[in-house]
Amino acid sequence: MHAFEWMSPQGIESAARAATTTVAAAMVSERGEPDDEAALLKAGGIDLLDLMKEGLLRPRRLINLRDIAGLERIEEVDGGLRIGPNVTLSQLAAHEQVRMRFRALAEAAGTSASPQIRHLATLGGNLLQRPRCWYLRSRAHHCTRKGGDTCFAFDGENQYHAIFDHKGCAIVHPSTCATALVAFDARLEITGPAGTRRGVSVEDFFLLPEADVHRENTLAAGEIVTAIWLPAPPETARSLHVKHCQTESFDWPLADAAVMLEVADGICRKAAIVLGAAAPAPHRARAAEAALTGQRLGEALIRTAARAALQGAAPLSKNGYKLVIFETLVRRALLAAAAS
Amino acid sequence: MSDKIGVRSLPAGIAGVSVGQIERRVGADEAPALAPNARLRCIGQPTARINGHAKVTGQATYTVDVKLPGMLHARILRSPYPHARILALDTGPAECAPGVRAVHVIEHPIGRAIEIDAAPQSGPAGRELRYVGDPIAAIAAITPAAAQAALERIRIEYQPLPFVIDIEAARKADAPRVFDHTVRTEVFGGPATQLPQHGNVHGPDASASRGDAAAGLAGAEVIVEGEFRTQVQTHCCLEPHALVADWRDEGLTVYISTQFTAGIRAELAAALGLPLARVRVVVDAMGGGFGSKSRIGNDVLAAVALSRAALAPVRLVLARDEEQIDSGNRPATVQHIRAGARRDGTLTAVAIEAYGTAGVALGAGVGNFAQSIYDCRDFSLEQSDVFINAGPGCAMRAPGNVPGAFAYEQIIDELAERLALDPLALRERIDSSPVRREERRIGAERFGWSRRQPPGSAPGVHKRGLGMAQSHWPALVHTNCACEVRILRDGSVEVRSSVQDIGTGIGTVLAQVVAEELGLTPGEIVVRIGDTNFPAGPPSYGSRTTASLTPPARNAAYQALRKLLAAIAPTLDTTPEKLTMRNGRINTADGRHSIDFREAARRLSTEQIGAVASRSDDYGGFGRRTGDFAFARNALGGVQFAEVTVDTETGRVRLERVLAVHDCGRPINPRQIESQVHGGILQGISYALFEERILDAHTGHMLNANLEQYRILRSREAPAIEVHVLENYQGNSATDAYGIAEPAIIATAPAIANAVYNAIGVRMRTLPMTPAAVLSALGRLPQRS
Repeated sequence: MHAFEWMSPQGIESAARAATTTVAAAMVSERGEPDDEAALLKAGGIDLLDLMKEGLLRPRRLINLRDIAGLERIEEVDGGLRIGPNVTLSQLAAHEQVRMRFRALAEAAGTSASPQIRHLATLGGNLLQRPRCWYLRSRAHHCTRKGGDTCFAFDGENQYHAIFDHKGCAIVHPSTCATALVAFDARLEITGPAGTRRGVSVEDFFLLPEADVHRENTLAAGEIVTAIWLPAPPETARSLHVKHCQTESFDWPLADAAVMLEVADGICRKAAIVLGAAAPAPHRARAAEAALTGQRLGEALIRTAARAALQGAAPLSKNGYKLVIFETLVRRALLAAAAS
Repeated sequence: MSDKIGVRSLPAGIAGVSVGQIERRVGADEAPALAPNARLRCIGQPTARINGHAKVTGQATYTVDVKLPGMLHARILRSPYPHARILALDTGPAECAPGVRAVHVIEHPIGRAIEIDAAPQSGPAGRELRYVGDPIAAIAAITPAAAQAALERIRIEYQPLPFVIDIEAARKADAPRVFDHTVRTEVFGGPATQLPQHGNVHGPDASASRGDAAAGLAGAEVIVEGEFRTQVQTHCCLEPHALVADWRDEGLTVYISTQFTAGIRAELAAALGLPLARVRVVVDAMGGGFGSKSRIGNDVLAAVALSRAALAPVRLVLARDEEQIDSGNRPATVQHIRAGARRDGTLTAVAIEAYGTAGVALGAGVGNFAQSIYDCRDFSLEQSDVFINAGPGCAMRAPGNVPGAFAYEQIIDELAERLALDPLALRERIDSSPVRREERRIGAERFGWSRRQPPGSAPGVHKRGLGMAQSHWPALVHTNCACEVRILRDGSVEVRSSVQDIGTGIGTVLAQVVAEELGLTPGEIVVRIGDTNFPAGPPSYGSRTTASLTPPARNAAYQALRKLLAAIAPTLDTTPEKLTMRNGRINTADGRHSIDFREAARRLSTEQIGAVASRSDDYGGFGRRTGDFAFARNALGGVQFAEVTVDTETGRVRLERVLAVHDCGRPINPRQIESQVHGGILQGISYALFEERILDAHTGHMLNANLEQYRILRSREAPAIEVHVLENYQGNSATDAYGIAEPAIIATAPAIANAVYNAIGVRMRTLPMTPAAVLSALGRLPQRS
């Protein structure tokens, strides 16, 4: 790893002003040489340091966000939760309100990575981490997402790649917390260098490759995610997150799913079904949601919905098995949510 | 010392079945007959490892912890191409880079197949690089970062060449050639015959064939047949390859994580033209080797050359991606097997055609297992190495036998089903080993084998299955092996050998053996190992360390004690033959004097006495001997039972339980043996379900050259494991101990595969058994348009 400068500002605006670019932009180049003048924001540093050690990033300066006060709190606001971006995954998984009312998020956070990483990794960093695609993470492959002109996955080793929305690039979004947040219609508060704030839904925050193949989200240089908002769920809402990995300890999912159901008198009033590790962004299974909405929950209906969750899927040469796993996962999650 | 031969009566048989006595003619310097474990104080007792506390508290010194004054740090430049020729190489700019002290160009790399008649190449230009990661040059600098930065200053011009990374593609006549010339055939422990080579295919080697398999198959009443595929597994030692080379005028000292200090010394002396006495090899704690740290590699020679050039110690530690790409691996195989039998279960004929790839190296054969384990008159084996542009394979825990058993033990399982025989009953018919018979009996009872249901009959989505498979491995003895025991004047005792503790605890075993002989406790024995300044010990590979070293350790203790008795007899007004030792006390025959060991040592007129003993031949003789090692007459067995659940909707295989019954002659430290069997089983599960090197067809790069995407079993994948170890006395040496490391892994993958078959009724012929592979086998994958 190359030497770098370190600064640890006390305020959001000074941190935002110091950042010259985003991690994604710093990895884009014509010939596979990362930006060596970049000043980059760092939260937990889990993914950032990985990328630096692999030579995929070569920042001149890191701007530490961990010393900025107030970003590590979870507050109740208007019945919902306002979560600071520096809240760690283990903090999130252990928080009583999160566990009671946003179970899918607690489960996603609590089963990520390893206990050591969960103690360090922040929710903000988790949402902004780069995909695990082994071509993206290889210096030997100057892929589309890094400014090259080839997505090696299409005719390569694509067993862990996307089955939806992979036009131009077949990454899957790695954040299981993002899968859960989309199911809760969560929103992000983003602060810019001049202190301006904008709000965006988590769903709209993430981008598909056809919109921009070089980045996974709409974050611009100098912007910082300053809060994650969870709106108050109805009393009847029930949620859970399930994932399926090759190994149970410290592994990335082959497939994950968050479901949130509002049920009254056995009728599904509202359903959110979001698939992770399925597409370049958290994938909302709208056909499955529609199949459930307004219907009386039962096993046959849930089977139909689980099949509908795969509508539009276009598996690659080596990842057709994911369809089977997703259908199973969604069905099991819905059955469990309906029974809870 | 006397070379008289005496007759001893030694225990023989399996404890719990029947232990009798066997008469053996042995040398007079051999320690007296050792009773069965039940009557011993130290040997056979579960004993905590002597360096366990140091390891778990971070106090143990691994090679990466060695820091010498003025030490430099080395890094290696590696080929970014899977196949290329070096057109020009200029190290000049690197030599004057900041902090650089030496640059070494690797012109003649080792550890791969050697072309017989290639034109001699002088200088780096013209050298062919044959895999991504092929080492080119090394730099020593004052910091690792300075060395790394300087690598980028080496100017190098490559001519990329066509490459092939797939075993099937490489076999085709028009495939790019990995080697232009025929390579020299390497033979392990047998006569060398140059094998044919066509394109990338070297072989076949049919030397293990016997009888007439074609005729045997023609006459068989039942034939089963299958093609099996196994993947490349990497060693994944948690401690990477590491060394500090310290070249000085008076000689070379190398601190190195190695499985064979004495072997590294011999290889370095030969490579550098140094006398053995001027080379010293040292290792303290080790974090695994599994075969990959057996010999010197390009990293070792580079670090030594850099130290010699810089006149300073040089430290070289491989990074994890270098470990994955260029520190050896278990070769991939494709095995086609036909087995014929009579209706009564008699195995009449077996024909195996196997292709394996160790990348740019030889040694991908699978035959030893099938040719040795079961009675079969007509047996043919044709195995070939296939070259591909990938890092060289090397020995990995039970080389050949692990992929071989995965295929063969499934074929036997299939045969049992076709014959409507229980898999255990078929083995009763074809397996002549009395040890495995007992292991099957014990295992079946403890495992509850009678619960097993017909294949695929389990109801529901999560299907449970039971399976079993057997191990077979030669019991090896390193005959070039010695041990010293010293008794000091204050009663302290040292045992000394160059043997290294790869992590399995040989030091603790030595302490137990010496303590038993001297009437002391293991904690009272000072263990000095891992240094070629001590008598040359055996390697830690081939499951031979304990078998080789414990007999000389016990004999040295016995001989040192005899010297002590001789030295102190006059002080007790008696003669040595009238002194006896019991429970740590030395008594005169007339009962008038009784002194303890310490008091006896205090009566020495010199600071110390000691004895060095070498490994004597097994009392019953060896099966065969080759160079510095020999095959004992009895092989090692082992039977493993696995219980799995398969989620038929996600394809995940979960190990619920593994029960293993093994033998290793006389067990010395049951706790460490159990630990080693656990390790073998866990590594075997990891091989069966998770591990696989994945190479990219576009670039030849390994895509998962890390421990994240190269999946390996971790704690939550570990099943309940039960280990039962037989005491199998054979009256063969002063300790009668043999090895366990390799038998512990051989049976695991096929036992799992047979259990998966039992669960789902579909046979998994390809490794690893991933969710994708299981769903595919179940016919659940969507049809592609």
